[in-house]
Parts: sequence; C-alpha cells; structure tokens
Amino acid sequence: MNTHEPTAEPRIPIEQALQTLVALRREDQIVITNQSSARLWPRLSNHPLDFNYNPSNMGGAVPLAVGVALAQPTREVMVLSGDGSLLMNLGCLVTAAASGVTNLTIILLDNGMYEVTGGQKTPATDNEIDFAGLARAAAFPNVSHFWDLADWQQRAPGVLESRGPRFIWLAVGPTPRDVFADKHAPIVKRLSRFQAALT
Amino acid sequence: MFTGPELVDTLEQLGVTHVVWVPDTTFGQWEPALEASDKLRLVRVCREGEAWPLAAGLHIGGQTPVVVMQMTGFFESGDALRNIVFDLQVPLFAIVGARNWLVPASPDSAKRFAEPILKAWGLDYVLLGKASEKAKLSEHYRACAAHQRPGILLMAEGHG
Repeated sequence: MNTHEPTAEPRIPIEQALQTLVALRREDQIVITNQSSARLWPRLSNHPLDFNYNPSNMGGAVPLAVGVALAQPTREVMVLSGDGSLLMNLGCLVTAAASGVTNLTIILLDNGMYEVTGGQKTPATDNEIDFAGLARAAAFPNVSHFWDLADWQQRAPGVLESRGPRFIWLAVGPTPRDVFADKHAPIVKRLSRFQAALT
Repeated sequence: MFTGPELVDTLEQLGVTHVVWVPDTTFGQWEPALEASDKLRLVRVCREGEAWPLAAGLHIGGQTPVVVMQMTGFFESGDALRNIVFDLQVPLFAIVGARNWLVPASPDSAKRFAEPILKAWGLDYVLLGKASEKAKLSEHYRACAAHQRPGILLMAEGHG
C-alpha cells in the first residue's frame, strides 16, 4: 500500500484516471459524480446508473452516496469527490464508515485546488495533507493512494475488489477547461433517469 | 412531547424506514427506542449538512427516511437543504427541534429565528407546541407525503 507521495508530485491525467474506472465499472454499479467530475464523466460514460450530481452542495456527494448505498445494499456504489468538496465535509468519512455500508467506494480526485471556481488553492494545497491517514482514522478498512498512472491501471482491479467501504485517493491533474462548457440535461431529469434505473 | 417508544411507534406506522439524525438534549432521549426498533434504522451523521443529502440518497434508493435535527443544525445546513429540496426536488420530511420554545421570554436567537427562517425557505411546517397535539406529526407527514412535498414538524423544546 502506498503511503507517501514522492516530492516531485506527479499526477495522473484526470481523463485516464477516470477511464480506468469506466473500464472496470460493473454493469450494475452505481456511479455518483459531482463538481468537476460531473462534467468530465459524461464524456466517458452514459450509463443509466450514472448520477452526475451537479449542481450539488459541496461536500454533499459522499453523504448522498452513503444513503444510496444503504438503500441499495446489493449494488456497489462508487462516488467521485474532489479534494475541495471533501475538505468541506471531512466528517462524512466518519459517517460513511459508521453507517455500516460495505458496498461503497469513495474516489478522491485530488487536484490540489478549487477547480470549478478557477483553480484557487484550498487550505490543504500548500501542506502535505494525508488524506489516506484521515480515511484510516475514520475506520475505512481499505485505503489506497495512487499518483502514477501505470500503477493505478495495474492495481485498480484489486483495490476495487477489496473489502468495503474503500477509500481511493488519486492525485490527478486538472480537468480540461472545455468540459465546463458542455451542456447537460437539468438535474431533475438526470435524477429521474437515475431513479428509474434503480427500480 | 414524545417518549421514545411513542415516536418509534408513530414512525413505524407511517412506514418510515430510516431516521437520519443529529440528536439534541430532547431528541437524544429517543435513542434507546430507535436503536431497539426492528423496522427503523438509525443513521448518525456528524453534522446536519450531511443529513439532507444522506436522506436524499435513501429516498432516491427507494427508502423512506425522516431527518431529525435541532433548529440550530437546520440553520447550519441551509445550503444542503436548498440543494436537495429545491434543486433536486426530493420531498424529505424532518422533525426539527425549536430550542427554548417553551421557555418564556427566552433570549435565545435560535428561538427567535426559527419560524422566520422556515417561512423564508417557503417550507410547509407545522408547530407542535404541546403534548396534546402529538397527532400533528402523523397528520402533517401524511399530508406532505400525499402531495410529494417536503415538510417540517417544528417541535417545541425546553432548554437545549
């Protein structure tokens, strides 16, 4: 298990980081995205069990995913959160682990900034915040950290099959700015499609 | 107002499956009964801003949650409420404790702002001010559920 990021701070290109998840996604798996990932994921996946949760309240995606995981215990639920969003709601890691769900994977897409608002620093940007340590302290049984694409591609299948709930911290590069101009259906329509797929 | 067993019995009869909560002094007394229920699952969140999206996830996934929090937490969680109830249009129902409501001349600003804030949000709320009005919970819950709209039971509390 990787625990220390090298000083050179390499990062996985975000599109390839997500493409790895798309390739490994199970047919009956739920995927919840938000903020930047809610813009990029639809370019890579159009699955009825995708819920691109945007507009969201920052920090709300993980709790929403916990609720879905509790309600749908036979399905795996994967939620993609940015580092800025997670920082707004770090307690959600404790909530998730304490909820008893085992069918949940949190993917932390850590690009070291508030990306949607233009790339400002978060309070964590200039410090070596150990998100893996935070997840372990919150009682996640399986925690991993990747910053190298080849390593992520090689080990992702095993990590995603480990005992849940899982916390996977990916150091990623910035999202291409042009995705923020993409047009999407209104959130209520996307939610209706998602709900219909759950029943 | 409600004892724990009374509340659990009421929620079970309403078909509630999950209680998502941050307890206060009043609601905390319900914990043993909630934990003992075979039909209700108690979900603890670390702050009230988590309660709305978590309950929404339960609702989206086909369950029937109720949110329980004190008014102070309601204030804190406004953006989460806004997003879930108004953007996503998830019709959640909550029991919200009105701290110090039963304390005459209390200077508690949480008491002073409770109703103005609920009105500002445009939420359909009912005040439960005394024990003889306990039926309001079931009545308001059923009315909101019938119209698939969000609702609040504002429950008067003493010292918080």
